[in-house]
Amino acid sequence: MFKNIEPLKIYSITSKAPKYVFFIFILILSIGLVEALILSPEDYIQSHSVRIMYVHVPSAWLSLSLFSIIGVLSFVILIFKNKNLPLITKSLAPSGFLFSIIALVTGSIWGKPTWGTWWAWDTRIISMLILALFYLLYILSWRIFQNKKDLNNITSIISIVGLINLPIIKYSVDWWSTLHQPSSINLINGSSIHQSMLIPLGIMTAAFALFSILIFLMKYNTELIKIKNKGLDRL
Amino acid sequence: MINDIIYMNGYGIYVWSAFSFTMLSFLTLYTIIKIQMVKEELKFNQKFANLAANKVNSAKNQKIYREILNNSSISKI
Repeated sequence: MFKNIEPLKIYSITSKAPKYVFFIFILILSIGLVEALILSPEDYIQSHSVRIMYVHVPSAWLSLSLFSIIGVLSFVILIFKNKNLPLITKSLAPSGFLFSIIALVTGSIWGKPTWGTWWAWDTRIISMLILALFYLLYILSWRIFQNKKDLNNITSIISIVGLINLPIIKYSVDWWSTLHQPSSINLINGSSIHQSMLIPLGIMTAAFALFSILIFLMKYNTELIKIKNKGLDRL
Repeated sequence: MINDIIYMNGYGIYVWSAFSFTMLSFLTLYTIIKIQMVKEELKFNQKFANLAANKVNSAKNQKIYREILNNSSISKI
């Protein structure tokens, strides 16, 4: 079942891919920035401040998606005791953490002109802050614990517990009365955003996803070389 | 035109600071991960160069070592 996720097989791809991913990322990001900052129209209520959406929303989406992947893979790690998957989850965490911080900071910047405040103790914002803390805890636990078996169990449990927070983030705007606006993009019911804003949002999301792939590939390679460095000591 | 892009009806300070923060965060994380990778590659190359001849042969016979050496951005032994 896990034959295709052996480090050697993955390394043969991850070692060559970063340069291509980097090139595509720069290209897509450049197009996205021109679309987001210049070509896309201003909102009739929020005016130009709506442009913050093009960095805030993709960051929030990706931080949630990456934590979902880490959480699901952690289930597999706990059940099947797979030794290769922890390397993948560990390599996904840095970009996920960064995206959660970007979502919080850009949300705060967007909040000032829109709500008149930098911060509100709102359910969506608090649950997003909790997600960032889960990411931090996950990353720190890799540094704190040394025993490999304990480490895999502890990091898996942290991410599985953190999964509970994800539906709270997603549905907080529907379950509680909050300052944060409800979701404007719905895969089932369609989107309330006009195409002229949806296209730059899509391009920026693609660019951010490429960045997380780039960081994942580089981090995975680093982790693998670290393991091989330890292996050389034992030769 | 340029003034419109910079000031954005008074929202420029918010928009540009949000975008600047994002791009700066990307650059910082990329640099940190790149430095970590280069450090590990350097360490690997140094360790490999200092290995005894018989150990180099046994290491080279393992495909993963060849892969790392071939793809190292520092030097190719």
